[in-house]
Amino acid sequence: MAYNGGAVIVMTGKNCVAIATDLRFGIQHQTVSNNHPKVYRINDKCFIGISGLVTDAQTLYQKLVFRHNLYKLREERDMTPQVLSNLVGNMLYEKRFGPYFTEPVICGLDTQDKPFISGMDLIGASVYTEDFLLVGTMTPAMYGLCETLYKKDMNEDELFETVSQCMLSSIERDAMSGWGAEVTIITPAKTYKKKLLARQD
Amino acid sequence: MENLNRGGFTFDLCKRNDLIEKTGLKMKGFLKTGTTIVGVVYKDGVVLGADTRATEGPIVADKNCEKIHYIADNIYCCGAGTAADTENTTNLISSKLKLHQLATGKQPRVITALTMLKQMLFKYQGHVSAALILGGVDVIGGVVTPSLFTIHPHGSTDQLPYVTMGSGSLAAMAIFEAFYKKDMTKLEAMTLVADAIKSGIFNDLGSGSNVDVTVISQEGVEIHRGYEKPNERKYRSNPYNFKKGTAPVLSTSTLEPLGSRIIIEDVTMEG
Amino acid sequence: MMMDDLKLTALPEKEVPISHHRFEPYVDNGGTVLAVAGSNYCIVAGDTRMSDGGYGIQTRHYTKVFKLTDKCVIATSGMQADTIALRKRLDTQLRQYERDHGKSMSTPAIAQFLSNTLYHKRFFPFYTFNLVAGVDEDGIGCVWTYDAVGSHERVRFSSQGSGNQLIQPLLDNQVGKFNQQIVDGPRELSAEQALSLVKDAITSAGERDIYTGDFADIVTIDQKGVHFEKFDLKLD
Repeated sequence: MAYNGGAVIVMTGKNCVAIATDLRFGIQHQTVSNNHPKVYRINDKCFIGISGLVTDAQTLYQKLVFRHNLYKLREERDMTPQVLSNLVGNMLYEKRFGPYFTEPVICGLDTQDKPFISGMDLIGASVYTEDFLLVGTMTPAMYGLCETLYKKDMNEDELFETVSQCMLSSIERDAMSGWGAEVTIITPAKTYKKKLLARQD
Repeated sequence: MENLNRGGFTFDLCKRNDLIEKTGLKMKGFLKTGTTIVGVVYKDGVVLGADTRATEGPIVADKNCEKIHYIADNIYCCGAGTAADTENTTNLISSKLKLHQLATGKQPRVITALTMLKQMLFKYQGHVSAALILGGVDVIGGVVTPSLFTIHPHGSTDQLPYVTMGSGSLAAMAIFEAFYKKDMTKLEAMTLVADAIKSGIFNDLGSGSNVDVTVISQEGVEIHRGYEKPNERKYRSNPYNFKKGTAPVLSTSTLEPLGSRIIIEDVTMEG
Repeated sequence: MMMDDLKLTALPEKEVPISHHRFEPYVDNGGTVLAVAGSNYCIVAGDTRMSDGGYGIQTRHYTKVFKLTDKCVIATSGMQADTIALRKRLDTQLRQYERDHGKSMSTPAIAQFLSNTLYHKRFFPFYTFNLVAGVDEDGIGCVWTYDAVGSHERVRFSSQGSGNQLIQPLLDNQVGKFNQQIVDGPRELSAEQALSLVKDAITSAGERDIYTGDFADIVTIDQKGVHFEKFDLKLD
């Protein structure tokens, strides 16, 4: 859905995951804002990146927060990324014949602090991999980079540098995304976010 | 409040999406499994096979996806078509069959699964685009009957000793037509299935990566995930290392645990 | 409604046959080509798969890189029939030039000549996406990248074809070293580094693009001449 544009990459490392997003928010070819991360925090160890039509992304996120709050009240614990992935998948498939124009990727650490990533198309067909997943308006560029630059068992610093290069180089070849980028690294000990310098054109 | 857990599809966004599409905006394509899926009956059971590629247009979205779905302990189902449809249709029928099993206290039969699947697909008039191969064994009164069916997206079904579906179905059927024989041993059947899938993998661009094989017989089920892997990456140069500090960072911020925002303190009651 | 009434109908409406096939002269046979130039070398790669535009493979051995002179190759993706026609045209003209002048055309001259050839068919273009790669008179590596109607540009690296979108940003990153504050070693790649990068790039394109695969021609061009090498890609 190339109305607002955007790009999100999730990538795993050794006991850590990273989720990178661009910052552009545009309406077709007109850029409206350069401070619009597409990544949302669900809980301490679980993040979701939603690309696509922004109005749908925000609606979906609000519904997720609501469902997550109910889950916490009932279960007295946070959702694991696996559970969140199934939830989002079902919510999207419910609208099979009138979908939200969004493609989510989910990343986080499970109860054993093992990295987990998943992604799905706009009607909830889940994809699970152990290396990386990406969504957005320029997936071929991101696939080309991730497929080449990714290596197994990176530590958090290597992971940050690799995912940053993948994001920065791919958004430069996409007119619909860019205008800055942001990388969030999730490790068992801490979670932190780095803003990257990128071209503002 | 929203009525949660109601089940079924909702159509509230259909009108909006039609309007959006009328403005000329293109909807992103669904994830498809270009797919070669096959099944064959052998002496004591059924062998199912599938490739593991999922595509989104000309791009491979998943190199190692699972296309052989669990229905019941004695029934499995290969899916081709829109990935979300095959996944959810088989899941739904699997749970319905489990409830049926708990109600009747009997092992579910393949024909029951078949009927449930075809009725569901017929109900949706082909809009749920799942092309399935259903295989399993029934043990009724000590008699073992292997059975194998294909189910088309509109709900029509077919029963045959060897079947193929998906975009690689012709390539796979060519192998079956040339080499199928009656009452094969398990190994013969597995090799034939793997050859048929490989024919799809190599000659059909919509299919690729690995061969998954599932064998269902009276003895139980054998799942061979990655039975053959003829498409491992052939070349990788030295790893690309980026020194710490390569990416230009503007700012760093730590995200505190959400729990740290909650302050718990005792408040003494007054009066 | 009123306009319809006022319409003049001096001539009867032309009869249109009920069904007729539209003339569709183009098909995309897919495939990827790329080139990287250094100060004394140029490396070109192209896969050898030719597909029917759908899910079918027509041949696994269709070479997209063609030697024009001892210092220059052309790498073309797009429609195979047009590629062959274009190649033939270039080849005859280059041979003519060689006979007339007693030397082969220089790489920059070939680049301009290709542009003219493509623009000559501006309104019924060759459905081809070209790279001209080689070394110039001083032995410096050079690449020209084209659109279907002859717009061209001299660059250090480029890619064309179905895997273009996968490879171009990778070359930006690994050859151009964009967005990198610290770079290990010299900014320019050695011929060996460029060779392994090119192999990696075409392998990655083969992993994710269904129209790229089977085998690749890796071509090295330097002062010594043009050297072809076969390279295995995945067959699925």
